[in-house]
Amino acid sequence: MSFPPRHGLYEPSTEHDACGTGFVAHLRGEKSRAIVEQALEVLHRMKHRGAAGADPETGDGAGILLQVPHRFFKREGQRLGLEMPRRRHYGVAQCFLPADEGARKACQSLLEAVVEEEGQRVLGWRDVPVDASAIGTVARTTLPVMRQLLIARRRVVPSAFERKLFVIRKVAENRIREKGLDPSGRFHVASCSAETIVYKGLLLPKQLVGFYPDLSDPDLVSAIAVVHSRFSTNTFPTWDLAQPFRYIAHNGEINTLQGNRNWMSSRRSLLQSAKFFGSLDRLQPFIVPGGSDSAQFDNMLELLVLGGRSLPHAMMMMIPEAWNVAQMDEQRRAFYRYSSSLMEPWDGPAAIVFTDGSLVGATLDRNGLRPARYVVTEDDRVILASESGVLDVPPAQVKKKGRLQPGRMFLVDTQEGRLLEDDEVKDEIARRWPYQKWLERNVSTFDELADVPAPPPLEGEALSRAQRAFGWTDEDLRLLLTPMADTGKEPVGSMGNDAPLAVLSDRAPSLFDYFHQLFAQVTNPPIDSLRESLVMSLGTSLGPDGNTFEETPEQCHQLTLPGPILTNAQLARVLGMKNQGLFEPRVLDTVYEPQGPHALERAVDRLCDLAVEAVDQGADVLVLSDRATGEKRAPMPALLALSAVHQRLVRDGIRRHTGLVMETAEAREVHHFAALIGYGAAAVNPWLALDSVQALSQSGLVQVDTETAEVNLVHAINEGLLKVMSKMGISTVQSYRGAQIFEAVGLSRALVDRHFAGTPSRVGGIGLDELDREAKERHARGFGVRRAAELDVPVVGGVYLWRREGERHAWNPGTLAALQDATRRDDARRFAEYEALADQESRELGTLRGLLDFELASRAPVPLTEVEPASVLAKRFATGAMSFGSISAEAHETLAIAMNRLGARSNSGEGGEEPRRFVPDENGDLRRSAIKQVASARFGVTCEYLVNADELQIKIAQGAKPGEGGQLPGHKVDDRIAKVRWSTPGVTLISPPPHHDIYSIEDLAQLIYDLQSVHPTARVSVKLVSEVGIGTIAAGVAKAGAGGVTVSGYEGGTGASPLSSIKHAGLPWELGLAEAQQVLVQNGLRDRVRLQVDGGLRTSRDVVTAALFGADEFGVATAALVSTGCVMLRKCHQNTCSTGIATQDPRLRKSFTGTPEQVVAFFLQLAEGVRRHLAALGYRSLDEAVGQVQRLVARTDVAHWKAKKIDLSGLLATPRGAEGTGLRCTTPQKKDVSDHLDHELIRRAAGPLSGGGPVTICLPVNNANRTVGAMLSGEVARRFGGTGLPDDSIRVQLRGTAGQGFGAFLAKGVTLELEGDANDSVGKGLSGGRLVLKPPVGARYAAEENVILGNVALYGATAGEAFFSGLAGERFAVRNSGATAVVEGVGDHGCEYMTGGVVVVLGPTGRNFAAGMSGGVAYVFDRQRKFKKLVNPEMVELESLVDESEIWLVYGLVESHLRHTNSALAKRILDNWEHLVGQFVKVMPTDFKRVLTARRATLRPPSARLAATGTTGGTDRG
Amino acid sequence: MGKPSGFIDWDRRAPEKRPKSERLKDSREIELAVEPMEQSQQAGRCMDCGVPFCHQGCPLGNLIPDFNHAVYKGRWKDAWQALSLTNDFPEFTGRICPAPCEASCVLALNRDAVTIEALEKGIAERAFAEGWVQPRATAARSGKKVAVVGSGPGGLGAASRLNLLGHDVTVFERDDRPGGLLRYGIPDFKLERQVLERRLAVLEREGVRFRCGVDVGRAPTWTELKATHDAVVVAIGSRRPRELEVPGRELQGVVRALDYLEASNRAVATGEAPRVSAKNLQVVVLGGGDTGSDCLGTALRQGAASVTQVELLPAPPRARGATNPWPEWPMVMRTSTSHEEGGTRLFGRKTTALVGEGGRLAALESVGVRLDDARMVEVTGSAQRLPVDLLILAMGFVGPDASALTGQLGVTLDGRGNVKVDGRFATSVPGVWAVGDARKGASLVVWAIADGRDAAKAIDAALRG
Repeated sequence: MSFPPRHGLYEPSTEHDACGTGFVAHLRGEKSRAIVEQALEVLHRMKHRGAAGADPETGDGAGILLQVPHRFFKREGQRLGLEMPRRRHYGVAQCFLPADEGARKACQSLLEAVVEEEGQRVLGWRDVPVDASAIGTVARTTLPVMRQLLIARRRVVPSAFERKLFVIRKVAENRIREKGLDPSGRFHVASCSAETIVYKGLLLPKQLVGFYPDLSDPDLVSAIAVVHSRFSTNTFPTWDLAQPFRYIAHNGEINTLQGNRNWMSSRRSLLQSAKFFGSLDRLQPFIVPGGSDSAQFDNMLELLVLGGRSLPHAMMMMIPEAWNVAQMDEQRRAFYRYSSSLMEPWDGPAAIVFTDGSLVGATLDRNGLRPARYVVTEDDRVILASESGVLDVPPAQVKKKGRLQPGRMFLVDTQEGRLLEDDEVKDEIARRWPYQKWLERNVSTFDELADVPAPPPLEGEALSRAQRAFGWTDEDLRLLLTPMADTGKEPVGSMGNDAPLAVLSDRAPSLFDYFHQLFAQVTNPPIDSLRESLVMSLGTSLGPDGNTFEETPEQCHQLTLPGPILTNAQLARVLGMKNQGLFEPRVLDTVYEPQGPHALERAVDRLCDLAVEAVDQGADVLVLSDRATGEKRAPMPALLALSAVHQRLVRDGIRRHTGLVMETAEAREVHHFAALIGYGAAAVNPWLALDSVQALSQSGLVQVDTETAEVNLVHAINEGLLKVMSKMGISTVQSYRGAQIFEAVGLSRALVDRHFAGTPSRVGGIGLDELDREAKERHARGFGVRRAAELDVPVVGGVYLWRREGERHAWNPGTLAALQDATRRDDARRFAEYEALADQESRELGTLRGLLDFELASRAPVPLTEVEPASVLAKRFATGAMSFGSISAEAHETLAIAMNRLGARSNSGEGGEEPRRFVPDENGDLRRSAIKQVASARFGVTCEYLVNADELQIKIAQGAKPGEGGQLPGHKVDDRIAKVRWSTPGVTLISPPPHHDIYSIEDLAQLIYDLQSVHPTARVSVKLVSEVGIGTIAAGVAKAGAGGVTVSGYEGGTGASPLSSIKHAGLPWELGLAEAQQVLVQNGLRDRVRLQVDGGLRTSRDVVTAALFGADEFGVATAALVSTGCVMLRKCHQNTCSTGIATQDPRLRKSFTGTPEQVVAFFLQLAEGVRRHLAALGYRSLDEAVGQVQRLVARTDVAHWKAKKIDLSGLLATPRGAEGTGLRCTTPQKKDVSDHLDHELIRRAAGPLSGGGPVTICLPVNNANRTVGAMLSGEVARRFGGTGLPDDSIRVQLRGTAGQGFGAFLAKGVTLELEGDANDSVGKGLSGGRLVLKPPVGARYAAEENVILGNVALYGATAGEAFFSGLAGERFAVRNSGATAVVEGVGDHGCEYMTGGVVVVLGPTGRNFAAGMSGGVAYVFDRQRKFKKLVNPEMVELESLVDESEIWLVYGLVESHLRHTNSALAKRILDNWEHLVGQFVKVMPTDFKRVLTARRATLRPPSARLAATGTTGGTDRG
Repeated sequence: MGKPSGFIDWDRRAPEKRPKSERLKDSREIELAVEPMEQSQQAGRCMDCGVPFCHQGCPLGNLIPDFNHAVYKGRWKDAWQALSLTNDFPEFTGRICPAPCEASCVLALNRDAVTIEALEKGIAERAFAEGWVQPRATAARSGKKVAVVGSGPGGLGAASRLNLLGHDVTVFERDDRPGGLLRYGIPDFKLERQVLERRLAVLEREGVRFRCGVDVGRAPTWTELKATHDAVVVAIGSRRPRELEVPGRELQGVVRALDYLEASNRAVATGEAPRVSAKNLQVVVLGGGDTGSDCLGTALRQGAASVTQVELLPAPPRARGATNPWPEWPMVMRTSTSHEEGGTRLFGRKTTALVGEGGRLAALESVGVRLDDARMVEVTGSAQRLPVDLLILAMGFVGPDASALTGQLGVTLDGRGNVKVDGRFATSVPGVWAVGDARKGASLVVWAIADGRDAAKAIDAALRG
């Protein structure tokens, strides 16, 4: 492996992949050149899914996997004078060898030796000819020597030969590593098999054939060819990580990798198999660390397959579909349930193509977030790929066009010559053993346990002592537990976090606070745990695990738990199992005597020893409990106790012999539970939280009775857990457990390595002794000698709401009042006072940057007058993204006017913008936001909106709640907001957690392409949130073509977010910015992207610090709002902002007194401060300062007992870039859209574009033509505004397969008619245009049974029409807010989040239809009467079509469909209308109906219904 | 939390007051009790701000949003607990505090503040009525003896806390009854004596000893006191009045405000005729501050023929000026309950002479002044002559009467004549501490209580080592 080592903040483990993949196979196994050549063609046609780095000729990787071509090797063997055995009697090891001759020889002879040792025979080596002339420089400098080792089979049966080859490879790899024979890290065996061979490399797809002349050899034939083109965010692509791997080619991301790997190593002592010729130890590690997630997945799969399972079986174990659902076949569910005790899912978005040389197939993960389309031809070829149209198949040759669905598998058995559909494959596997019976016999459920009384709850003083001793505050009770117990939901707050990091806090924060939740961004999507809950699972069980290699009944001896949270009564039942013979629970106390030096350390070590002892004695359920806390015994931090025991057991290889339960008083908020489970607990019993809600209920503080309070609390925690998991893209608690998806801040490396190994921790800090001191301090609050002086120190907390005696906050009465006064009067002196106060807060242990000083000695100061003026500096400022909706029109426009006056940028946020603002005021003020945000809900993202911007910002995540969707409560959605967002007034608007058109980095590249097409001169930027790995993601974003990257810190604000997200998700901007800078510089990508930072910048010192860290631009939101009057009420989510800012209530908006002058004053004062700092640093311009991180030094005067331990060296590391690498942005890049088909369209549409008559344009199209129509539409919107052109002014007739984003943002007046099919994201953001898709002339297949377009069609469409004669993929019309569409069938999650428009589905739908649908109407032709089960009924009602006018509406739409597409289905329906009309089901959102009914009362009665649909739907048919 | 929309749904309603005609006839409290439902609504107006400026504005750091929430919910005992956590005497501050909390209430930014003070009083009264105000358990006795000299709010605050912290506290009071300014400096119509007695009784039951009629400095001397105690807390207030240095000051009919108020308060307490009375006299109160206002109200109750309050500084503005923004204390024209009751207010008038007739005061001569760039300038041609029978000097205080203290113990004073202390309330003499007005000059009762409490913490730390 040859990633660069850890340097600065870069963590090698954060590398990601995403890609295009596919295969071509002959159904009956006929080998041919054609298969190989066509596969190479497929690869070539997906080149836009791959990427190149700073060196445009070095690809991220490309490759092909083939059956071992016997004829080819026979010939080559003969040529080399080798005695070649028969087909399959030899294997080929495709080796990458070190370039250094000595090392190469050493590796070779070692390999040969191992072959002999394993009793096989070395036939000889073959040099693989390569032509490196056309490959990139970076690729060439790391080029290995390619040789093939031919190994003859000896004394093993054919079926065991593959295993033998595996052993040879593993042993050789291990030994080479141990002996250090390969210092350069080049050695790699790409494949070692008698069945398959892999040709791959650090190449662009187009280079593959040229590089490997073998691939053009006429004898190189195969019936199966798997290809892969790689896009790694992966900034340091290496030869070995190119794909395909030995069994798979993967498009996706494994989110649970850390946990999966831990669990595998923790199983060590459980794993047994006779199949691997002796001890398994020599094959360890099974999962080779350092590889990419895909590589490690391949390792595991290989192990399972060679261990005896079939390839599909192994895939089902590793990527189980969502099986805990009612619709699933019972036997199959039993299979999955059984398998879950052998292995936890490898969770994450994935499309995986797999093959063992005779079977070839593909599967999607349960969410189906990656596309996979296939074609079966009349001549028995099967072509599957990430995109449709990657191989030209004449229409008459097409037998079937389909797509893989979420969780489904698709298999070609070339030996049997059959195509196996999902059910057939899986049912066969699920029926191999009587899994159901095995489960019945071995799995115990909770109901079988005896009832045992729980300990009596604590009350009165005992309760409050315990609460204090465990660090609880009044806020915990009032703001967290009370709402959870009352409502069963997690409490919501607003604005950002401005309290110190735990390591800087002096209030003995809980250890949990040192851990920050990580989240998915870009490379993998978060999951929508609310709307797509069917994939989520909290199912968990307890007890020892089985031997992954075995399939016997005893392997599933486990206890199923009701969920990961146990009530006191439930835990009592678990403990009651003692000595019953079923399971053996053992309680270990996690308390210690807080006396003497290193007390905690000694106690934890002792605890770990006891745990090992207990497991050795046969305890299979360990309960770690802090109930024994008392006057003399303090609790250990729960997370420490748990993780220490977990990791010790993992290290000792016995973790899988036992289940871990945490019985703790410390856990009281969602984050705590997430951390405990994330570090290995199967279940948590929050006994004190439960006792506390009982007490709250009894005292009447909680309104519900004690039983309900308990149920509510558990429910709220569970929901919160789902949210935390889904943030990371993880669906099941089983795979979240132990996945350690956290970053520690301020814990020493020694502590982390010892007890939290594998957790990223880049800012070192305190160790066990400091934790000991904090534990004692908390303990003393409850049990200490009650020092008199403490009598009046209320444990107020002050963490969420500022209190004088509570936690510190950067925004406090002093800073707020000073800033407002300073900006209101534009008073420089007062502003300086403000900055002094705010910087002082920072320095007094508020922030990481507060621990830094400017290094002033190395450069002489310059006179202030020589520093660039404030008016120039001010152009680098931006306001943070705040939507119109979250804040009032007055506040939103004030910011915009001010920023435009400064020549700086305001950010629209995700809520659209009223078109009136695109025109300047009479006085020259412009109310338009320069930055237009494109976020997951696409509210108001029309073509017109996009062209009225200087910068288009894709919001991947938000500092205050990364990985979550936004929410605008219904009471803030008034008529005006609803209009601009294309939604319904009064209806709550929810933004999905992911962008449904960005499930991977190549998708992001695609969206950048889309936006750049619409607006070729705009800068396209991507907003990310600080977390470990942001550097690699930023590099990926740069490679995807963005011109800007925004790094957001976790201090950033929000209009509404769960409190635990505000506090615990994300990291400070200092870390994110420094890492992004370091990695971008190291990759030579820095000079092409503008780096912006936001999330808690308050003073000019902050700005200059950020500049030195590497920021070109600076976003300030909260401070700008404060200067317009915000006083941090933190009431944004309640619509009761008394200063008229974060509210839509007209009574309150009147109170808004902010002016553009105040905002201008703020930014200019800030710029003046920046000037002063620059002068002191000796810089005349900010550009000189950007990236000069050596001018930041850690303060030497920090005396605080915790803060002084903080190690900032990683943060302050100077990036290692190539000589002459830029440290700042010189020219922000623009995505290359020169190849766009629309250039031609615009040329031919010159007539209508300049006011002339309509034109019709005919063109061929292929999958490389992406985003067809978007650039043309941008032109239309620029010239004619939102109203566009008259219908059909520009009619484009296309033939072929269109690339992704077909018809995106299509403007009114443009019609695209496509004969053929299209890929994902058809008609995204449709803005009034018309789309028609129909099968090609000559097609023999039935349109209504074949897939014609991919996933997420009409995502965020606001207006227009679409007629699709065929089946669509997943998430059809997701977030549609105004388009009218007719389609002949859709996949899962149809009409999700829809807020307007009309959708007619003339065929089948998938599951979860209408989830989160709050507006618009859908009509589903439900022939098979199945629809009812497929609807998500949460927000909609089903009705039949009775209203005459509505019947005519649907009839008219079907008629239009027929007219446009000539659909046979439409014709049949219309012909039999009278009979069939009754089979239409109307899907009506409940809220929408309520609002419509209310409106109808105020409208004229007749035709009101259609009028209402028309206004919200925005269709132009009415 | 209150009710999220409480401040929109409900307007501020200050407590009702008794009609002027009625209240002028007695010395009873002016404000009427508030209905619980009304209190709940008023408390429900609280926005539970992310940054509660009121909590910062309150010198005691009262947990105002917390008790507001409790009142809104009708959880009076919780409210009491939250309130008593930071405030030992909410029944005083609920009555006589100018309520900086309300000035800095976020609602005061563009609406009307929450009636925090009235709620505080409501909570305190409820607590007494319900019997929740019981002697509190003290920490284990330390055996340390502390003398607190002076029983005003600062002394009481320190005594209360020091006692709770386990020290043996004796409060020395020169007067016949404890309370200092609370007893004789503030008229009953603002703070009825019974409210003070009620609290003193609690303090005594908690273990605080009071020794009245003891003039420390004379007998015992400060030195003696210090010798017999582990700590001495100087809480002697700031009672030296600012003098009027004009011709005629010696005339009969000129009294100092504190003398006047004390005489009146004693009269109210005993039911006897006051030593000095305004009855049927033309009264002029010199000084526009709170003390002046108290004199005004007292004079009206005594049946003065007329009362004129004369302030040297020009009239403050009606609304905040640009340089005096929220949440600062607003420098605006205030109308006290006494002002409502009658009398005339004159601003920007500097007294130039007192004119007598036969040794008795007859008239006050003054000239108009205005502020010119922070300097006082006389307005030409603005001389006036005001007939006056009784002139009450309420022009503020200039410092503690500390001569004995400095003489006997050598305690250092600061530049303004106040007892000099460090950040932990320690004077220049070890073992001697100073709190309240004695160290910071005349100020608010709430500041004195806060001082006493904070000093107690520091003293406790020092005593326990």
